[in-house]
Amino acid sequence: MSAVLEIEGLRKTYKSRRRGVRNALDGFDMRVEAGQVHGFLGPNGSGKTTTLRTLLGLIQPDGGRMAILGQEVPAALPTVAGQVGAIVESPQFFPHFSARDTLSLLAGAGDVPAVRVDEVLELVGLRDRADERVKTYSLGMKQRLAVASALLKNPKLLILDEPANGLDPGGIREMRTLMRTLAESGMTVVLSSHILGEIQLICDEVTIISLGRRVAAGPVEQVLAQHSHGGVRVRLDAAEDLAAAAELLGRAGVAVTRHPDHLMLAGVDKPATVSRLLAEQHLYVSELAPVAVDLESVFLEITATAPVPGQHRQVDQSAKIGEPGHAGGTTGGWGA
Amino acid sequence: MSLYVTELRRLAKRRLTRVMLVLLVLGLTGIVTAFTFSSHKLSPAVIAQAQAESDANFRDAVKSWERSIVECDAAKARGEQTEDRYGPNCGRDWQPTADMFDPKWNLPYQFDFRGEFGIFIAVFAGAVALFAFLIGASFVGAEWSSGGMMNLLLWRPKRLTVLGTKLAAVLTILTGVTVVLGALWTLAFWLIGTYRGTTAKVTSGVWQSAGISGLRALGLILAVGAVAFALASLGRHTAMALGVAVGVGVVSEIGIRVATTIAGVRFGDRWVLSTYALAWFQKQWKLVDYRSCDFSQGECTPKEMLVTWQDSALVFGIGTAVVVVAAFWMMRRRDVT
Repeated sequence: MSAVLEIEGLRKTYKSRRRGVRNALDGFDMRVEAGQVHGFLGPNGSGKTTTLRTLLGLIQPDGGRMAILGQEVPAALPTVAGQVGAIVESPQFFPHFSARDTLSLLAGAGDVPAVRVDEVLELVGLRDRADERVKTYSLGMKQRLAVASALLKNPKLLILDEPANGLDPGGIREMRTLMRTLAESGMTVVLSSHILGEIQLICDEVTIISLGRRVAAGPVEQVLAQHSHGGVRVRLDAAEDLAAAAELLGRAGVAVTRHPDHLMLAGVDKPATVSRLLAEQHLYVSELAPVAVDLESVFLEITATAPVPGQHRQVDQSAKIGEPGHAGGTTGGWGA
Repeated sequence: MSLYVTELRRLAKRRLTRVMLVLLVLGLTGIVTAFTFSSHKLSPAVIAQAQAESDANFRDAVKSWERSIVECDAAKARGEQTEDRYGPNCGRDWQPTADMFDPKWNLPYQFDFRGEFGIFIAVFAGAVALFAFLIGASFVGAEWSSGGMMNLLLWRPKRLTVLGTKLAAVLTILTGVTVVLGALWTLAFWLIGTYRGTTAKVTSGVWQSAGISGLRALGLILAVGAVAFALASLGRHTAMALGVAVGVGVVSEIGIRVATTIAGVRFGDRWVLSTYALAWFQKQWKLVDYRSCDFSQGECTPKEMLVTWQDSALVFGIGTAVVVVAAFWMMRRRDVT
């Protein structure tokens, strides 16, 4: 499979006399194969938008290599721009122009046939409201307009930053279907979102960024499997037997965490061995359930951004790969 | 070419462009209307009436003078002091003469195309320059602050081309508006001159002079539009251009004047921008240094400094070029965030 998007060792440093040096991108890598829906995840301030802006020529990188559709960017950006549709962050439009005017002007600037305007308005569900001023639109409708503007070029690579932001549940489902349909038609979609349930449903692969570095990448199932830890929840017929069961499993080398009415086990390859071990000591299991990890829990774990009671995590507090104390998170940001 | 046409469409579609154009036309129409009603053609009957008024005034003045002498003589006969009230010799030396009562003073205002149209070219240029400033600044400023510029750069990732095309679109629209409204403005005042004033002595030389003044007006309007555009692009907001305009106005017109006066700088007004604007329209502007003379020592001719329209061209040209080049340089260098 060929790569539609390649980023290697991308670096972007902001220098401030007052606040020192901040590495917004610190050797970031990313690879997106053709025809994929690729999730691009990261906590706030991790470098997602900086990456997308750099890729699209809005920000000049300090180092690294980027290629879109096999051509080095930003040098070849004028050549490949016609094949890349993108929305970056919350797109804003001229409030007094209608959706049709907005798209028509973009089409004019990009030599796109005018007929394509009606096609994308239909596609994103704005056909009947196309002649109303954008200032009368809801956030969700503006988001649809943004997606329409990105689709206008019928691009080979579609980059969408938070496309579901502001959409109603029906809109989110429509967007999900649209992404899949576009990918099936051969379009490669890079999707940045914080709605991780959606990403898990839509995406073939994900890249997770934290403090300007890639902390995880690969097919969604693979990333989930790498962080499942073989978790199992165990309940017994008699709750008073939990202590004995915990001791027994502990002696067998299983990591056990006690809870008032159940045990949580980690590092269990085969849950059946737990059942057999307990039954041999006349401890009978009423529930034995492998704990499935989802993308959200994996994301919180590897970026170390899970909320901790009594603590207020700051924006730049997240995990940086390759540093001591990775699991517990490190503090980045200005002066790092 | 498609980008250029698109930017022309975008500018023409903008509400501010349309509203400001309507206001500009209304303002100019107001001036034309006011002068249409205030100007009166000087027909022989009007001139005769003015002459009659002048003659009557002269006669009244003579009668009053004669009455004053009689009163003075009577007072003198009563032994009263009269010099303070009537002057020496009872004011006999101050007999009114006919030339003291020019009939012109009794004529109504008549617009003289030849003598006055030059001023109206400057008025027109001022109004359109204000329009140019607002349109130039808001076209790119609003694009930056609304995210429109970023959207456009995603489509056309050639920063200098995009900014240059936008500037070209602004200058094209400004040229079109200036030429069309300028032609209507000239026609309106020609009609006022023809039907409510005078178009006497309007030779080809007068038209040539008006044409050159019109070109200077166009140059100033385009320079103002370009500077406003460049300032708003540098600050990435319309308010940047407006702020600088107010700042320059205050610093140049008030601050520098006060500072040079306090410091006793000779010809302090040569550092004030409006001096060059006046020289641009009047072809030259004379600055006088009255402090170079001590009038108590007798007659003295103060030193003078002449600011020519060529000086203005140099100041405005260099200023415009510096701001525009800075805007393009920053467009090339700065990240779009």
